[in-house]
Amino acid sequence: MANGDPTPPLAIELSAINKSFGGVHANKDVNLKVVSGHIHGIIGENGAGKSTLVSILYGFYAADSGLISINGQTTTVRHSADAIGWGIGMVHQHFMLVPNFTVLENVMLGHEGSLSVEAGAQKARSTLNKLSEDFGLAVDPDMIVENLPVGLQQRVEILKALFRGAEILILDEPTGVLTPQETEQLFEILRALREQGVTILLITHKLKEIMAITDDVSVMRDGEMVAHIETARTSPAELAELMVGRKVLLEVDHTLAKPGVPVLQAQNLCLTTANGIDQLTDISLTLREGEIVGIAGVSGNGQSELLDVLSGITAPTGGSFRVGISEITAQQPSDPAQLRSLGVAHVPEDRHKCGIVLPFSAAESMILGYSSGDKKNGGWWLSPSELETNCADRMQDFDIRPPLPKLASANFSGGNQQKIVLAREISTQPKLLLVGQPTRGVDIGAIEFIHKQLIALRNKGCAILLVSVELDEIMSLSDRILVMNNGQMVGELARDEADEQRLGLMMAGIGADDGVTALQMGAKS
Amino acid sequence: MADLWLQFLLTIDASLRVATPLILCAMAGIFSEKSGVIDISLEGKMLMSAFAAAAVAAMTSSALAGLMVAIGVSMLLGLLHGLASITLRGNQVISGLAINILASGLTVTIGIAMFRQGGQTPNLARAERFRPIELPLAEQLGSLPLIGPIYREVISGHNILVWVALTAVLFTAFILTRTRFGLRLRAVGEKPEALDSAGVSVARTRYLALIIAGVLCGMAGAYLSTAHGSGFVREMTAGKGYIALAAMIFGKWQPRGALLACLLFGFLEAVASRMQGVDVPLIGEAPVDLILALPYLLTVILLAGFVGKAMPPRAIGEPYVKER
Repeated sequence: MANGDPTPPLAIELSAINKSFGGVHANKDVNLKVVSGHIHGIIGENGAGKSTLVSILYGFYAADSGLISINGQTTTVRHSADAIGWGIGMVHQHFMLVPNFTVLENVMLGHEGSLSVEAGAQKARSTLNKLSEDFGLAVDPDMIVENLPVGLQQRVEILKALFRGAEILILDEPTGVLTPQETEQLFEILRALREQGVTILLITHKLKEIMAITDDVSVMRDGEMVAHIETARTSPAELAELMVGRKVLLEVDHTLAKPGVPVLQAQNLCLTTANGIDQLTDISLTLREGEIVGIAGVSGNGQSELLDVLSGITAPTGGSFRVGISEITAQQPSDPAQLRSLGVAHVPEDRHKCGIVLPFSAAESMILGYSSGDKKNGGWWLSPSELETNCADRMQDFDIRPPLPKLASANFSGGNQQKIVLAREISTQPKLLLVGQPTRGVDIGAIEFIHKQLIALRNKGCAILLVSVELDEIMSLSDRILVMNNGQMVGELARDEADEQRLGLMMAGIGADDGVTALQMGAKS
Repeated sequence: MADLWLQFLLTIDASLRVATPLILCAMAGIFSEKSGVIDISLEGKMLMSAFAAAAVAAMTSSALAGLMVAIGVSMLLGLLHGLASITLRGNQVISGLAINILASGLTVTIGIAMFRQGGQTPNLARAERFRPIELPLAEQLGSLPLIGPIYREVISGHNILVWVALTAVLFTAFILTRTRFGLRLRAVGEKPEALDSAGVSVARTRYLALIIAGVLCGMAGAYLSTAHGSGFVREMTAGKGYIALAAMIFGKWQPRGALLACLLFGFLEAVASRMQGVDVPLIGEAPVDLILALPYLLTVILLAGFVGKAMPPRAIGEPYVKER
């Protein structure tokens, strides 16, 4: 059947794959053909079923029904060991590396070659060195993995797959944790691998990456494969439409900001942990009415801590910040409730941890933090009917689906959960809104909506501090962009000065001046 | 002077005897916990196998048969712990606690049913126990000044299980660092999904670790009732399993550190029993109760995490569930 038509040889062919988790039909009759030696992209929104599909291919899950053919042979993949045996390697979104092992130990794990580790290690070392040379993937085999930067850890993952003889490499959202420069380096590596005949399956939700590197692209939506296209014959707009099922505005309608008086002034804010680790060092910034200031940076460089300090969750250990007439210092710390009363609203980065309580009803999640307010938001005696009416109103305003105030927060999709948090925080008409990762794990339709809401809020005079790891989001929403690296502000760019190259270098901790040399060094390593 | 030296050596010798079950249990704990399974059931496994060893030795008149059955019983308990905490993904502390309670009750119940001596087993004759092994020339070399007594008192005269315990430390260190299984064992306790995605079964690796831990605990139990003692007495482990657990944590989950911690505990206990009724200058009669309590106090302090910053295996206590 597969060899019936004179098509190029297929590395992978999936036919009519079905998989359900409880009531959720994650994959519905999915078909996929991946041409040998191509870079094939699978794009889709979060929750479209991409990860489930590749997990089935890699033997993490068993499909409920359907056929898998690898290199023209129909087979079953029950365990990861089967997949590895068929020459499939996978680079997971969250790395599968033992943090306190060396690079060599991680690469060997599961494929030690002999009972004694030492005997295997010698052979593995030479194989690893050869692979590193062949593919330009230099890594010191004796480094402890947790001490390596993320980009290199990912390299170790790729080496691990190649070490096990992978000829088909699956990468699941590989660029989420990388700087633009690291992403470019990864793409160089992928191109080199393609040269050597490796087939690559790239899972992503970023249109730009599909356009930049893939030969073919398949689009998934709601667990179904909706299109297979040659990348050269499509456009980002078409792909986006396929992903969402309707036309989407990729550009935000951004008008010139009219900044007013300062709302937030931070001076030399510092945060040092009990073990003496500096998480924030001398952060100074000013936020004015009616502007959006974006904070760019690779995640884990102090952005989260800054949000925690500014929202009153953590007290600074040095410096101060002023909201309205109140000054908050290490000696006079504040708390989220007090800041809220000063007009500071906060959309936390991790909505599951800090934004909502999953088992609570939507109406209950809708009043978190505001329950000491008026009757609509709680008060001494909760009035379920008041809360539900209030919640229903906001659900209508924010297009939260399904519009059921009694439904448990856990049963809403990521995008709708985020809208619940946003509705709660925006409805109080704050003077200052702190937003962390407003669109993480949110589908494109909801992203568009959330972006519009933020701009509208700004136009009404609210000051917004936006922290996001999505550079596109930062660049399209912000009036000014601050870049953080290692707990420090590396620099500030005006909206029209910012491009990916400059931001990327600053995110890597390099000032704009010595950027060129850094790029050259990066290419060598 | 020579007398004091001899006293000191005798204390060291006693420390080693007392430390032996601790060492075996601590090594067992290292296997379980490095694989990511919390093992407070060391106590129960040791108690149950102490009873099994004594009972079988009494019935067959063979200490070796007792040891074998003890190992078997302890392995079965390890598998039970595995079933609850690996396959059924239960809470590992509760599963361990259940085994301890089970052992505490079952040993007495079966003991009364079998021997009708209030839960004890009959006193074992010399031939039914593991006997001290006198090394050659112990007496002749023992007369050498200073070094002689070390050979005669400390090195010679231990039963086989003491040597097994010391070998177990080398064995554990070797397995952990030099073998394929050791690499996988350490990986599964740190990041089980890494092992899974490498195509190696997480459950199998953990079960194997628990079986090895069972073997070691079984030997510790047999030592208590058929080598160190001469029969089973109810609750004879008296918290030694927890002490071993504390020693293992104090030793930062490393064989060498755990060995040293066990020897320290053993030393404290040995000193306590030697100090009974001894007049100490300035203090008067030694506060034996306090010294006897020392190992337990130290255990509480160590288990509460007061000493140093130990880095437990990262995935410890978490049942492995594939998720995506």
